[in-house]
Amino acid sequence: MSLDKIQSIPYGKEIIKIKNISLAFGGVKALTNVSFEVKKGEVFAIIGPNGAGKSSMLNVINGFYKPTSGQINFAGEDRKEMIPEFAAKSGIARTFQNIALFKGMSTLDNLMTGRLLKQKQNFLMQALYFGPVQKEEAYHRDKVERVIDFLDLQAIRRTPVGSLPYGLQKRVELGRALAMEPEILLLDEPMAGMNVEEKQDMSRFVLTANDEFKTTIVLIEHDMSVVMDISDRIVVLDYGKKIGEGKPSEILKNKAVIDAYLGVAD
Amino acid sequence: MSVELLNFIETVINGLMSGIMYSLVALGFVLIFKASGVFNFAQGVFALFAALTLVGFQTGQVPFSHLINELFGTNFHNWYPSLHSFFAIILTIITMIVLAWLIEKLVLKHLVNQEPIILFMATIGLAFVLEGVGDLMWGSDVKVLDVGIPSGGSEWLEKTTIGWASEGSEYYGMYIDVLNVWATIIAVILVTALALFSQYTKTGRALRAVADDHQAALSVGISLRSIWVLVWAISGFIAMVAGIMWGTESGVQFSLSLIALKALPVLILGGFTSIPGAIIGGLLIGLGEKLAEIYIGGLLDIGAIENWFAYFMALVFLLFRPQGLFGDKIIERV
Repeated sequence: MSLDKIQSIPYGKEIIKIKNISLAFGGVKALTNVSFEVKKGEVFAIIGPNGAGKSSMLNVINGFYKPTSGQINFAGEDRKEMIPEFAAKSGIARTFQNIALFKGMSTLDNLMTGRLLKQKQNFLMQALYFGPVQKEEAYHRDKVERVIDFLDLQAIRRTPVGSLPYGLQKRVELGRALAMEPEILLLDEPMAGMNVEEKQDMSRFVLTANDEFKTTIVLIEHDMSVVMDISDRIVVLDYGKKIGEGKPSEILKNKAVIDAYLGVAD
Repeated sequence: MSVELLNFIETVINGLMSGIMYSLVALGFVLIFKASGVFNFAQGVFALFAALTLVGFQTGQVPFSHLINELFGTNFHNWYPSLHSFFAIILTIITMIVLAWLIEKLVLKHLVNQEPIILFMATIGLAFVLEGVGDLMWGSDVKVLDVGIPSGGSEWLEKTTIGWASEGSEYYGMYIDVLNVWATIIAVILVTALALFSQYTKTGRALRAVADDHQAALSVGISLRSIWVLVWAISGFIAMVAGIMWGTESGVQFSLSLIALKALPVLILGGFTSIPGAIIGGLLIGLGEKLAEIYIGGLLDIGAIENWFAYFMALVFLLFRPQGLFGDKIIERV
């Protein structure tokens, strides 16, 4: 599928439809018959207690996990499963709960890996490293510099990311995803372990990406005030099952959701 | 200068240069280990196979000729009398690329996400299969490999150094093999090219990315499988260079595959994940071996220390710095 096709979907239309997805590891059911839709251009949150299957859901969407049954409709085409490479080529970028950065590389190089799919020079040309290759490198470097400006990463441009503090690593990881100029951005707990100020920064980055670049955002987050603040719609999972879906105001009133979070009152 | 000092210098130079030969082999191991976490036991056989193939192309040998002649009663042996080394090397490189592709298709692809020990076993299997295939394709006789790299002692150096000894002492000049000098030059070029490539090009970046974190690499759309083919092909190329050097020195014979075992102590010293480590490790092992042979051997009046001293060094190293000089630090979280 070409990127054009995904780009041609109008805003507000469904871009990903999860249809009755189940996922089991041996006897352990991570997801059971989950269905929901993500609309283009929205901020969509997946919430739920620990072990609810939120990360599994994200992994199904970008192809790390193959669902046991069900279908994923991506940009109008039904699929049994996604493949990571295909997902990346179709404009799906992501970050990870436990930060998956290239620790030995500098911030700049990490962000440059986000441009790999957009670079077209072949192997031989690169080996010779002349005219067109240098020009292409410069073009992508420029794109990356814009992300660096946007996320305020100038000071750590050359620092190996392994030595950066946690909050900054999370930001670099977001930067790498943004450098891909994604259509859909999957964020797995982007604010976990951050202080209030860092959370505010991160919320601002996510909202700006959504507003200005029209990126569709699917995020998992535990901080409810953040989720209620920035999401357009929310789906709630518990023990691998969907127990609620709707706008933040609706979720706050949903009895099943309140029970899952606070325990059932006898 | 006293004769002792001159002898010492000669030993050091020869040690360092034979170390470069070890580095060349170790380099292939490191590349594959970094990119895929596989310890490729077949690296030594790669060098043997590349050298066999090179000689085969040079002399126009028909692959599998013994088998074909036996089966069909024909008498094929050669396509053509000889081929220029340059073209033979190009053909060998192509063969090694095809080999890398086949290995990915037939072996690695089916073992993704398996335990490292299983992958290691697979490479042991691969080593023996490839050795057998090499035997079947090109025959098992010892072959002479000559791609035009000069070898033998440097007369110029011998003559120049005679004059360095102090008056009245008996000194016959330094012996340094020109082949080793060439090996050093080629290794330096190879490592520089690799370093530049991985630092400044997109494929190089993808290589480093895969070496660092598979999951993250997948998420930015890098195809692990094509990177693996690439890495195995580059390792095949390095194996060919090592095969040419070792083959020129001692003929292409099946014991060539044992150089893989010499690379082990190099890797333990340098660390399994570091390219500079492979180089420095090789130099240290080469140097240690030669010094031990001459000085400890001379002192204790025993010979052939060279054969096991490298492993002794590796053992001592394991006690004090198990991750090697440049390896990733082993941190165990509890």
